[in-house]
Amino acid sequence: MALYRNPKAWLFLLCLYPLLRLAALAWTGGLGANPIEFITRSLGTWTLTGLLITLTVTPARRLSGYGGLLRYRRMLGLFAFCYGMLHLLSYLWLDQFFDWPAIVKDILKRPFITFGMAAFLLLVPLALTSSRAAMRRLGRNWQRVHWLIYPAAVGAVLHYGWLVKKDLTQPLIYAGILALLLAMRIFWRYKKTKAG
Amino acid sequence: MLIKQAPDIQPSEITAEAVYRERRRFLGGAAALAALAVTPAQAALPPYKKNAYGGGETANTWDEITHYNNFYEFGTDKTDPAKYAHSLKPRPWTLAIEGACRKPKSWDIDVLTRAFPLEERIYRLRCVEGWSMVIPWLGFPLAGLLKQVEPTGNAKYVEFITLHDPQQMPGQRQAILDWPYREGLRLDEAMHPLTLMAVGLYGRELPNQNGAPLRLVVPWKYGFKSAKSIVKIRLVEQPPISSWMKAVPREYGFYSNVNPEVDHPRWSQARERRIGEFLKRPTLMFNGYGEQVAQLYSGMDLRKNF
Repeated sequence: MALYRNPKAWLFLLCLYPLLRLAALAWTGGLGANPIEFITRSLGTWTLTGLLITLTVTPARRLSGYGGLLRYRRMLGLFAFCYGMLHLLSYLWLDQFFDWPAIVKDILKRPFITFGMAAFLLLVPLALTSSRAAMRRLGRNWQRVHWLIYPAAVGAVLHYGWLVKKDLTQPLIYAGILALLLAMRIFWRYKKTKAG
Repeated sequence: MLIKQAPDIQPSEITAEAVYRERRRFLGGAAALAALAVTPAQAALPPYKKNAYGGGETANTWDEITHYNNFYEFGTDKTDPAKYAHSLKPRPWTLAIEGACRKPKSWDIDVLTRAFPLEERIYRLRCVEGWSMVIPWLGFPLAGLLKQVEPTGNAKYVEFITLHDPQQMPGQRQAILDWPYREGLRLDEAMHPLTLMAVGLYGRELPNQNGAPLRLVVPWKYGFKSAKSIVKIRLVEQPPISSWMKAVPREYGFYSNVNPEVDHPRWSQARERRIGEFLKRPTLMFNGYGEQVAQLYSGMDLRKNF
């Protein structure tokens, strides 16, 4: 199959958009007066967006009845993880410049950083066990490990909400979408146990 | 051979010098007016003198100072004020001073800018969010203005009130803060020679997004204390409740002096990023103005009075 006919290749390019956009803005001087803040924030919001899109795959498959969607979930999840890693790196490097005592103090003392760090650590085992081989090896436990995306997404939303000085509009939009995605799962689970 | 030629232009045809100059002035005036209509921010202010403050600091650029602002009346994003503050009409504008004073008074903004000699002051500005800038303000000390209204013995505090007009300030349509924006100082802080009423920036009139036409600048306090687009100043006996104190009392106190040792509950205040620099620099007590202002707070527990 030609590469351009492969939807996965297109999705891959689409997932690179946030990174290419940052590169283009950096090139044209469009990152504003505080480029470091801009980069960190942008990578953070795209991580959250990526997590929510990943969590949309299952409900979308169920509602549309199109099982093929599942093929894209791993790539979406891994992109979300990559943006999370870049977000963390921009904090450690650009923002704190590897000032470890300050970073440790930040993680312990500031709830929004605690939650962000915890959310990222919860995603690490998911990324590590994303290969087909790992899936086979873990068997039924694979699902149990990957259940961690739920607390990770909740942690990520809290991380955002806690950072904002006053205007909670943006974090609440993310929280609302996450709540909806989780509510659908709970509803289906409840229906299944009742039916079963 | 005829050498003498008739002059091409008769002397009588040449415009008299006085008329010529008058016309020049008229055209210049018309051009200035046209420029005024397009970019009111670049209108001329009365002449000003340079001031010794701010020696050794490199000021941030005009672009940085005017495109990275916290001015929630125009949106909570730092790029919002530059995008949306054009709806603010800084002329005509009246400032009223009232309350515990013998001679309450109102000024038209253009009268005000001519009533007090303007000076340039290059001040550091430290935002509570952990970034800072160096800004060449143009203004006059608040003390001179307050003396004009003759505060009475009951005047212990000064309250500053920003314009409240959702038509001009679209951010006020959302109840993000309790509008209008209010700030407060103790009378001795307000009378301190460092406390400035700014009407300009880089020798030009204050751009809308920086608090046109008139704002407070208190360089040893976090930026939010320096209220923008002020319409009213009240002399009062009790400490005013500022908008931020009302919104999040646990995080924002009345004094809000820059203090690297007292952290904001959600982030450290030990260091700051100067806009335009890569590495963070240590934050200085009272934003580096301790020599001038520390005595205002002698004997006070600044951890409690944050």
